[in-house]
Amino acid sequence: MLTLAGCDKLSQSHWFRKMLGSAESLNHAVQPLVSGQRPAPEFTEADISPHFKANGSTNPEDAAYRQMVKNGFADWRLEIAGLVEQPMTFSLTELRAFPSRTQITRHDCVEGWSCIGKWKGVPLATLMERVKPKPEARYVMFFCADPIDKKEDGTPIKYYESIDLAGAYHPQTILAYDMNDLALAVPHGAPLRLRDERQLVYKMAKYVMRIELVDSFDKFGDGHGGYWEDHGYEWYAGI
Amino acid sequence: MSTQIDTGGFTEARLKQPKPRHLIYRHSAIVRVTHWINVLCLTILLMSGLQIFNAHPALYWGPKSTFNDPILEIGATEGSKDNPARGITTIFGHDFDTTGVLGLSKNGDGEWTERGFPEWATIPGPQWLAMGRRWHFFFAWLFVINGLVYAASALISGHFWALVPTPEEFKHIGRTIWDHLRFHFPKGEEAKRYNVLQKLAYFGVIFVAGPLVVLAGLTMSPRIDAGFPVLLHLFDGRQSARTIHFLCAFAFLAFVAIHLFMVLISGAWNNLRSMITGRYDIGEADEPHAK
Repeated sequence: MLTLAGCDKLSQSHWFRKMLGSAESLNHAVQPLVSGQRPAPEFTEADISPHFKANGSTNPEDAAYRQMVKNGFADWRLEIAGLVEQPMTFSLTELRAFPSRTQITRHDCVEGWSCIGKWKGVPLATLMERVKPKPEARYVMFFCADPIDKKEDGTPIKYYESIDLAGAYHPQTILAYDMNDLALAVPHGAPLRLRDERQLVYKMAKYVMRIELVDSFDKFGDGHGGYWEDHGYEWYAGI
Repeated sequence: MSTQIDTGGFTEARLKQPKPRHLIYRHSAIVRVTHWINVLCLTILLMSGLQIFNAHPALYWGPKSTFNDPILEIGATEGSKDNPARGITTIFGHDFDTTGVLGLSKNGDGEWTERGFPEWATIPGPQWLAMGRRWHFFFAWLFVINGLVYAASALISGHFWALVPTPEEFKHIGRTIWDHLRFHFPKGEEAKRYNVLQKLAYFGVIFVAGPLVVLAGLTMSPRIDAGFPVLLHLFDGRQSARTIHFLCAFAFLAFVAIHLFMVLISGAWNNLRSMITGRYDIGEADEPHAK
């Protein structure tokens, strides 16, 4: 029991967490190196999970979002801004008009479970070509409608995430508006969620409202690049 | 000639002398160092692994989670006033009451908590998935590097062959098992090398379970799956790999339990010394039976 208490004490100490975190840098360096840009495995219709578990927020408690649900997301607009030559906004109809990609992929939660689903959406690369990232842009940030937590003063913390440009341009990285041939349902992130099939699910922001290209995510949230990252999870979620 | 030997006196003299020591140099420095690093790694990997498992305490087979039909599930029933909550472990559809250990256990403050494995078995103790992952991945790297150093040195030095059973040994495996069951361990010349059961256990755990647990662990990584889809064929999908990873962990635990038991009953101090200083006392071979 003494040694265990010692482990818990170490878990709280800054230097030890930093040392353990060095393995994260190693994972981030080695996994893309050995796996290259090869695509995540894709599955067949027969593999699709009959019950697809929803996680994180499943029904965002946000007045503006609720209003959009009522309206069938007619007023919803995706805004892309930040370090781009051409900031743009897109309606759902406009996004659906772009050439789409459909993929049946495995959805791996950091908790350990997996579901298989069919996703249809617009490749993020297509939108990148429209907005033209500036040379200094390094990360794509996703800001979401769902308040997942509260600050100490009671103001809501909304979900956010970030991926790097190499991930953003990968052919399987899409902004999905359909799941299993139906419009994305609220528990799964309606009207638009990110699919980044080579990382864990917490990277795949749901209820995406705004995309911003940045050179650093230091000034967002607690500065770790995402809601869960601010709570100690790895920014690179390849394992 | 024989009349000149005073056998009686020889025996007496021998009885008076302190027991002779037959120290051999058994374990090289690399074996000893990698052994103790491995002790540290396996302990932390098992306990942080149970912390990670607790985030979703169920196992499945195939590429995806079949939530309604798990191989193993650890949970708790909802308690009421007359009916206190119970920890339930379900294996292949059969329920077992595991209250106190699995599903429902007391935390450090003595409060009943719903969780897969109890606090005393996980690192960190309380539910803390992010930190469990940090511990696990750091020591996973150390485990792999340590294992590679050991394997490389074993191959270069030829120590590897000390762990490979010969056909001759297989022929007499029945005899060796019988000796083990009677806790009758070889001494003298025979004790200089591993017997066939030791070879099988060490070879199996180092060169079969070791690589298997690492590969099954890597198969849980979506990025590694993208790079090496062959892993998914090898393990029949990510959820099977997770199950195999879990089973390997418990195979290691079973090995350690038997290993410690054998170390204790076959000369605890002698064995421990050989893994610290390298020196092992092989003792004297039993007198050959009169024919």
